[in-house]
Amino acid sequence: MYPVLKIDNLQTHFHTRTGVAKAIDVVSFEIGKGEIVCVVGESGCGKSMTALSVLRLVPHPGRIVGGEIWLDGENLMAFSESEMRAVRGDRVSMIFQEPMVSLNPAFTIGNQLIEAVRIHRRVSRTEARERAIAMLRRVELPAPEARMDAYPHELSGGMRQRVMIAEALLLDPALLLADEPTTALDVTVQAQVLEVMVRAARESGTAIMMITHNLAVVSEIADRVVVMYAGRVVEQGTAEEIFTRPAHPYTRGLLRAIPSLPLGDDDGPRQPLYEMGGLVPSLTDLPPGCAFCPRCPEAFAPCDRERPPGFALGSTHAAACWLHRQEAER
Amino acid sequence: MLKRFFENRIGVVGLAIIVVCLLVAAFAPWLAPHDPLAVDISLQGMEPSEAYPFGNDEFGRDILSRVIWGTRISLGISFFSVIFSLGLGVTLGAVAGFYGRTVDNVIMRAMDATMAFPAILLAIAIVAVMGSNMFNVVIALGIVYVPRFARIIRGSVLSLKSREFVEAAVALGASDAAIIFRHILPNCLAPLIVQTTAGFAYAILAESSLSFLGLGAPPPAPSWGNILSEAKDFMLDNPMMTVYPGLAITFAVLGFNLLGDALRDLLDPRLR
Repeated sequence: MYPVLKIDNLQTHFHTRTGVAKAIDVVSFEIGKGEIVCVVGESGCGKSMTALSVLRLVPHPGRIVGGEIWLDGENLMAFSESEMRAVRGDRVSMIFQEPMVSLNPAFTIGNQLIEAVRIHRRVSRTEARERAIAMLRRVELPAPEARMDAYPHELSGGMRQRVMIAEALLLDPALLLADEPTTALDVTVQAQVLEVMVRAARESGTAIMMITHNLAVVSEIADRVVVMYAGRVVEQGTAEEIFTRPAHPYTRGLLRAIPSLPLGDDDGPRQPLYEMGGLVPSLTDLPPGCAFCPRCPEAFAPCDRERPPGFALGSTHAAACWLHRQEAER
Repeated sequence: MLKRFFENRIGVVGLAIIVVCLLVAAFAPWLAPHDPLAVDISLQGMEPSEAYPFGNDEFGRDILSRVIWGTRISLGISFFSVIFSLGLGVTLGAVAGFYGRTVDNVIMRAMDATMAFPAILLAIAIVAVMGSNMFNVVIALGIVYVPRFARIIRGSVLSLKSREFVEAAVALGASDAAIIFRHILPNCLAPLIVQTTAGFAYAILAESSLSFLGLGAPPPAPSWGNILSEAKDFMLDNPMMTVYPGLAITFAVLGFNLLGDALRDLLDPRLR
């Protein structure tokens, strides 16, 4: 039994005038069948590039320079461009951040959904239409038949994002890449849209790789969490492990930086919101040791010289931090 | 949309002029009182009369009938040459913008080179090389105006290419052709419509210039430029002979320009 997605030492670099920017320095992780994995980290840490690399759609001047991406036991790096096109939207689909502009303004919702089916399946328009309506019903878009004839500008942001989710799940893909699918939405509809996405994906057995920086969302839906920093995975584990026993100082920092409302039994004076000092290092000039070392409150001897490998802390939990060397060796 | 168009008086005037021209072109055989090619030496250079309201030219042909038939020829040549530049220009512009880099450079530098020549001069050169008949005039005018379309489409494609719905379509596995024809071209219709309308105006002018220089539709075919050209020798004796074809040209060009301006105002979101 293969995992749905296995990313093995992926390296995606951008060859710019000022040097090589290692958007993905080296990343490895797996997603099992039907699993929901959240990828978290600051802007520019390589989350979105990881998703685009899976579809082999890294924008110019970026290029996948090393590693392998396995989909159900098949190496996507060995696929031709036309084989890749058959994968996109059928076996792996993607939802983008901006629902407002992710639909073609020139065509009706129905027209676009029907085309999305017919790109990959030889079915009649009526059949494709029925499939689309069934899918719109699954994402709980009200009055799906009527909406089929609506243009994107006639729908609200939340409705458009539901349409995008329907479009992405139309062909029951094995994997859905969701790049901050709710960030652009009103807070009140975020939860609904997420819930609908997760439920619809579960129904079709689709695994989700969800990119987000909203840790509240992560705790809500994730089976497992992958924490990225400066183009590397610094920690991964089940949602419970990450939230209750965060092992990497960066993960701890992220968790401390969640604002909380001082209510109830919080007697003391309000604490100022924790802020992680410093900035993400330049991707063209990564430090020789751990990339987080310059900002790390717990840095010690080997950190600024040697890159920490991933130390296993359990069967599902691993952190790339020298703090855990002894623990892992035990 | 339609309602807003009809609120713009200038646009409606332009459209009316064009409709009149089209009707005249379509019904030329019924509207023209005489055969535009019938030579009658006895009527040579006659002043306007009841039977011949615009007078007769140097061969005694009826100028009114020639102007009416000329509508068909002038508009026809303009129409086909605009279709030609539209087709070629849109294709080249879309390919250049979509594929970028080397392809873009090769195509757009060729377009720049074409634009470096004065339009009329280039058209004259092409007709001179290929020979003067109506088909070659269409091709020549078509080639001359290709860069205008190519540039506009390339610009729109470049801006549309990075839009999220195009990226989303790529991520759904749409082919390059599907991306270009479904996601990009339908969204650059607005500038295209405006440019096409303006293109008709240019083409009518250019066709008349070519004909005036004897490189357009070969005589005795009555295109507006031909009629003007033949009339110029009589300008001192009978100046009205030059006025009629000139007016026809002016009206047609004015009509297309007015319509083009109105459409630009209508379709440009920044002016709303």
